[in-house]
Parts: sequence; structure tokens; C-alpha cells
Amino acid sequence: MQALSFSVHIPLVCFGIAFPAMILFVEWLYLRSGDELYRTLARRWTRVMAALFAIGVITGTILSFEMGLLWPAFTSTFGSVFGLGFAIEGFSFFVEAIFIGIYIYGWDRLSPRAHFLSGIPIAIAGVTGSLMVISVNAWMNHPSGFRLVDGKALDVHPLTALFANSFLWPELVHMYIAGYIVVGFLLAGAYAIGRLRGRWTRYERTALAIPLTIAALASPVQILIGDWAARDVATAQPVKLAAIEGLAKTTAGASEHLLGWYTEGQVKYGVAIPKLLSLLAFHNPDAVVKGLDTVPADRQPPVNVVRVSFQLMVAIGTLLALLGTIYLFVRIRRKRPPESAWFYRALALAGPAAVIALIAGWVTTEVGRQPWVVYKVMLTDEAVTGAGGIPVGYATLALVYIGVALGLAWVLRRLARMPMDPPGAGAETDRGWAPDEPSPVV
Amino acid sequence: MSVHLYELPLIFVLIGLVLYVVLAGADFGAGFWQLFAGRGPMAQRVRDHAHESIAPVWEANHVWLIFVITVTWTAYPSAFGSIASTLSIPLFIAAIGIILRGAAYALRAGAASASEERPIDMVFAISSILTPFALGTMVGAIAARRVPVGNAAGHLLSSWTGATSILVGVLAVATSAYLAAVFLAADSARVGDRELEDAFRARALGAGVLAGAVALAGVAVLHGDAHPLYHRLLHSDALAALVVSILAGIVTLELVRTRRFEAARYTAALAVATVIAGWALAQSPVLLAGLTVRQAAAPHDTLVVVVAAVLGGALILFPSLALLFRLVLRGRLDHGHTPASPAPAPAPAIGGLLSASAPGLLGRAAGACLIAGFGFLTIAEAGWAHALGVIALLGFIACGLLADVPAQLARLGED
Repeated sequence: MQALSFSVHIPLVCFGIAFPAMILFVEWLYLRSGDELYRTLARRWTRVMAALFAIGVITGTILSFEMGLLWPAFTSTFGSVFGLGFAIEGFSFFVEAIFIGIYIYGWDRLSPRAHFLSGIPIAIAGVTGSLMVISVNAWMNHPSGFRLVDGKALDVHPLTALFANSFLWPELVHMYIAGYIVVGFLLAGAYAIGRLRGRWTRYERTALAIPLTIAALASPVQILIGDWAARDVATAQPVKLAAIEGLAKTTAGASEHLLGWYTEGQVKYGVAIPKLLSLLAFHNPDAVVKGLDTVPADRQPPVNVVRVSFQLMVAIGTLLALLGTIYLFVRIRRKRPPESAWFYRALALAGPAAVIALIAGWVTTEVGRQPWVVYKVMLTDEAVTGAGGIPVGYATLALVYIGVALGLAWVLRRLARMPMDPPGAGAETDRGWAPDEPSPVV
Repeated sequence: MSVHLYELPLIFVLIGLVLYVVLAGADFGAGFWQLFAGRGPMAQRVRDHAHESIAPVWEANHVWLIFVITVTWTAYPSAFGSIASTLSIPLFIAAIGIILRGAAYALRAGAASASEERPIDMVFAISSILTPFALGTMVGAIAARRVPVGNAAGHLLSSWTGATSILVGVLAVATSAYLAAVFLAADSARVGDRELEDAFRARALGAGVLAGAVALAGVAVLHGDAHPLYHRLLHSDALAALVVSILAGIVTLELVRTRRFEAARYTAALAVATVIAGWALAQSPVLLAGLTVRQAAAPHDTLVVVVAAVLGGALILFPSLALLFRLVLRGRLDHGHTPASPAPAPAPAIGGLLSASAPGLLGRAAGACLIAGFGFLTIAEAGWAHALGVIALLGFIACGLLADVPAQLARLGED
């Protein structure tokens, strides 16, 4: 259930991280050039952001409810250790909600400079909020800052637990850049579909170029960051790495397997590259990589789930980086955007693919930690609620989320179809698209 | 009376709860009035007004609930675990209500006609009543000591369906409606809409009397269903809080009757806040059945850090909130408000930076950052080198963006 809510929430988090900054960039271009086009673009993106933020608020609330609904034992044992992160996250959320209110309703009503400034706290709070949440997750993967005696957490040092954690930084940067990639490709993809259908005015070209350039620059960087994060996993969570690679026995000079299926202690049908795993994980082709056999069978994560999602994430990430590089290459060499329809078809797919990679990445880190909820400290079974009725709740929530998703799709299509404000027009034309639109509602 | 460290976070939680009940309660109440707006053009105006008034603030108001939850589970983890597991059903109902409500709000942005708005408003209104009711039953269950310590140790159903729970649930809905009517009347008076003002004035008077009656009837219910609480309520500091609440309620009715709505906002809020204060005083020092606040509190270090975080957060939060509410209450965010000088002035100060540095230079800087980032992050092993590597890679993205986008956009404009 948490997984379901989480996968609904996480793409919205990306928008929380990256979208305000992109909108502000466009608004900054407007302030700099005075070109109405940027203003229109920023305003229309603001409408989308408003709808997404409202959904993000509720899915985030549901996640915090579920910490209690599903994992009361986890929360009551370790709330004192990790809760601080969420408390600070709450404040970030506050700041975000306050300034998003001012920003959305302040178009045309505040001076351009004041309006631009009111957007900056949204972008900052998006970063600090995700920092806090990821610090909690990093702590679950690499717990420290307390001693466990008879099932109670003693000697609790919440600051050390959350922020002096070697795991935090790679995970944070990885997620942060993922946010820009997901949002960049999703937005660019939406306008790429527009181009394939023949909508290709200066407005669409601009709206495609900005997010695409960001995503194209960020996606190759993500490969380096991901490699950094993986090296951290290799030292701190060897069993997770073993599951990612399907490595049954501790091996020196381990080989890397591409594709394939893990069964009976080995990867079948895969392509093996000798010694690459040792080289990647420890920068030494003969390094010893710990295998699944270092822990008993009931302490091993489900290998294939972890392995397949990891490979999926890497494969998609690599393709996205390739797409981004092609774009940059064409842009620099030919001084124009690519013209092939295939490029735009690929771009249209890139957004959803980036979301899949994002979720696959989280599956890798979360399932890879199983059966532990707090790595080597608390088993997931020990954390779960004693209250019955989880399947009923799960089904209800799934239905509700499907409804919400359909509704969101409907509203985004509506927002996309709204005619563009003519340049220079003010609040009046806000209503121009629909006579019954009652208010400056986004 | 001295305050112990282990009580401080609880005081924050209660302050958060008061703000949630007063601010978000009013937003829930706006949904209530959408449901009971009736039919016809006036009803449509009531619905639209209710929607517009809460639009800029409801997300910020909603976050108080998250504040309450996160501080509780950090500072009183065992109590939180017990509450959330025993009362999982009302918590789940409230969760569904919150989802539907937020979704309905987001959807309304896409509605193009009144006939499309109607079902959306309906979902919004029903969830606006369901959520405070469910949360109220949880408070009632805690007040009636039906939540024992442990993972789902209490009865899943009867713990929150007792008389006290139902009472608090109804009270939550009634106070929401009452607060909303007062606030909405004040908002209509501000925009100078006399008809709407009258409509909400009548609703405020009616709902105020009703909420007061439920609260007084509640005392009788407590006598039967939660006798320890009843006894403490009438024989401790809590009594003073109740008296203040009753007085504030009466003053509010008089202020509404004489159309002094701005002042009525505050007395109405006071009336609701003192009820919560009275409950807290009457129940202290017991948090749950068999668990005092002191026993439930997290270790000392955690409490210190939580208190510091909340105080530090408040330094940022309250000025921000003040800004938001000042803009809203002065009508700066109202529809149709335009600033004195809407024409944008290009900012040469920022622009100068870019025009001075040629895209080619930025492009080379981006390349250098990429190579440096690869070296520091991937080849080097030390922690500081990794940090430098990340900074260099972010620099690559920033330089690349600045180098590419303006030049590219200039060309896009040409053809």
C-alpha cells in the first residue's frame, strides 16, 4: 500500500523539485527580455504546477498517515530517531504551500519583481523538503545515531542519524537530478507530441527547447552520479549489490552480467563481462565482491525483482543520456534543433520512460533492502501494523488513486487545450477561454 | 506551573492543532456551505465565493495537520503508534476524504461549465464533511481513553464509535461550518457584496448557535461516557478555559449580528481554541489510557532537537504566513486586483551578466566542469573530492543551460 502511494507521489515530487525552478527560469527570461511569450509560457506552466501541487499535497499527506497506519511499530520504535527529518520537511512543505499560494494568485496582482521573488522560496523549499525525506530513507538504508537495547532505541542522536550519513549525499543528488530529467523529458515530450501533430509555432519551440536542454544536460551527468551511488552501496550494503548483480557467491574479480534471469545461484541467458563488476564497484579488477551467501537465505532480498528493476533503470537512463547527447550534438554542430520525426517520437516516449526508470530505481533501493525495514536492525514483518483489513484498504486506495489519476489526466488535457493568452492582455483574458470560469483559479 | 522539556513538543502539537482546527476547519466549512447552498443563481454565487476564498490558503492551512502528525511521531512515538493502529479505520476514512478533497480542488481548475463544476463541488463538499468528522472521532476516542498502548491493542471499531467520539465528530463539523460562515461573511464584506454578506451572516448566526448547543450538550455526554474527563473539566484550570470559550462564543454572535466581521474572525477562533485548551488541561498529564506524557516522550536529545527545529522553523514560517494572510486579507490576491504598474521593466542588472559573457565562453566552462566532475567524482576516492565533483557537474548543467538556451531562443525567434 505504501508502495502504491509512493509510486503515485514520487513523480509529483519530481515536479516539486524541478518545476518551480524551470518556471522561474522562464519568468526570469521574461523579466530580462520583456518578451510576452515567456510570460505566457510561465503562466501556463504555473497552472499545471498548481494542479500537480494540489495532488502532491494530498498524496504526501497520505504517505504520512500510512507511516502510522501501516508501520506503527516502526514509527513507535524509531520515531525519535528519524522523525526530526519529517518535522523539518513539514516546515519546507509549509513554505512551499504558502508561497505557491502567493505565486499562483499573484500573477498580474503583484509587481513583476515581487512576483518573481515570491517564487524563489518554492524552489528552495522543494529542495530542502526532498533533502529531509531522503535523509530518512538514507538512514533506513544505513542506520546510525542510536543503540538498540531490548527493542528500544537508546542514545539517540537524531542529527547524526540523519545528516552525518555517508549514504545521504549520493542518494540526494541522484534523486535531485532525476527530478530534472523526469520533468524535462515529460514536458519536452508533451510538446514533441504537439510537433508530431503539426503544432510548431515559436511558442512550442521555446516550450520544448528549455526543458529538453535541461534534461539533455542532466541525463549524462546522472550516469556518473549513479555510478557514485552504486559504489556506496557496494561498501555499505553488499547484499543489495549482490542482489542487483545476481552474485550468489563471494568472488574475486567478479564479472558483470547484462540482462538474463537469476535462478539456482547464477544468472542464466545473460551476457557476462569478466571482472567488470569488481572494477566498477571497487576500482580494482581483482577486488573481492561479497555475494548473497554472506547472509542466510531468509535474509536475502528477492533477487530478480531487484536485478530486473536495476537493469531497467540503467538501460532507460543510458538511452535517455544517449537521446540527450544526440540532441546536444545536433544543436552544437548544426546550430538547429533536430528535424527527424523519429527524434520527436523518441522524445514523446522519453518522459514516461524516465518515470519508469525513477520508480525502478526506488524499487531497487527499497526491495534491495528487504527483508529489513531498517537495514540490519528491524525486519519489515516486525514493523507492520497489527490491525486487520489491509487488503480492503489497499483495494479502496487503489480505486481512489485510479480515479484521481483519470481526473488529473482530464484536467491536464483541459489546461493544455486552453487558448494562449494574447500578448499584453491581463486578468480579463484569464477567463476568456471559458465564460463560466469563476475566479483566478490557476 | 513549570513546563518540562517533555511537555514542550506537546504544547507545539496543541498549538498546531488549534491552528489546524481554526484555519483548515474554516476551509472544511467552506465545503460544508457548498453542499448546503441550495439551488439557483444565488446558490452558485455562494459556492463560487466559498471556493475562491479558500483557494490561495487551503494548502498552507492543510499543512498544519502534517505538522501535528510529524511532531507527534517524533516526540511521542509510542503514543503515535498506538493511536494510528487502534484508530486505523477513522484515520483511513480521513485519508480518503483528504485525497478526494484535494483532487476535487485540482479538478475544478479544468471545469469549463457550471454543469461540470457541480459534481466536482459535490465531491469536495462531502469529503469536507467526512474528514473533520473522522478526525473528530479520533480525538473523542483519545479523550474517552479508549486507545490503549500497543500495536492495535484497542478495539478497531468500538474505540471510535462511542458517544464521545460521535459528539466530537459532530462538533468538529459544526465548528468548521461556523468558522467558515464567519470568515466568508468577512470576505464578502471586504469585496462589498452585500447580498453574499447577508447570506453568510445568517449562516454564521445559525451555525454559531448550533455549535454552541452541541458543545454544551457535549458536557452531558462526557458525564456519561467519559466521566474522568468530565470530572477534571469542571474541577481544574480547564473550567476557566471553558468559561472563556463560552464568553468568546457569545461575543462573536453579537459581533456578527452587528456586522463587525473582522473582529468576529478572532473571537470565533478564540472560542474554538479555548475548547481545545480545556480538553488538554482536563486530560493532562495522561496522554493515552495508562500512558502519561512523560512516559510517552522520546529521549532527551530528540526532544531538544525537535524543540530547536520547531522554534527555528517558526522563525521562517510565521513571517511567511503573515505575508500570505496580509496579502489575502487586503484583497491583493483577489480576482481583478491589478497593481499600479503592470508594465514589466527589463532588469538590466541581471541581463548584463549574460550579455557580457559570450555563449562560447560559457560553453567551454561547461565542458571544463564536466571533465572536472568526472575526475573528482568517478576516479578519485576521497569524500571531499566527491563533493567537488558533484558541484562541478551541477556547474556543467548550469553553464550548459545558460550557454545554450538564450542563443537558441534568439534563433528560434528569427524563423
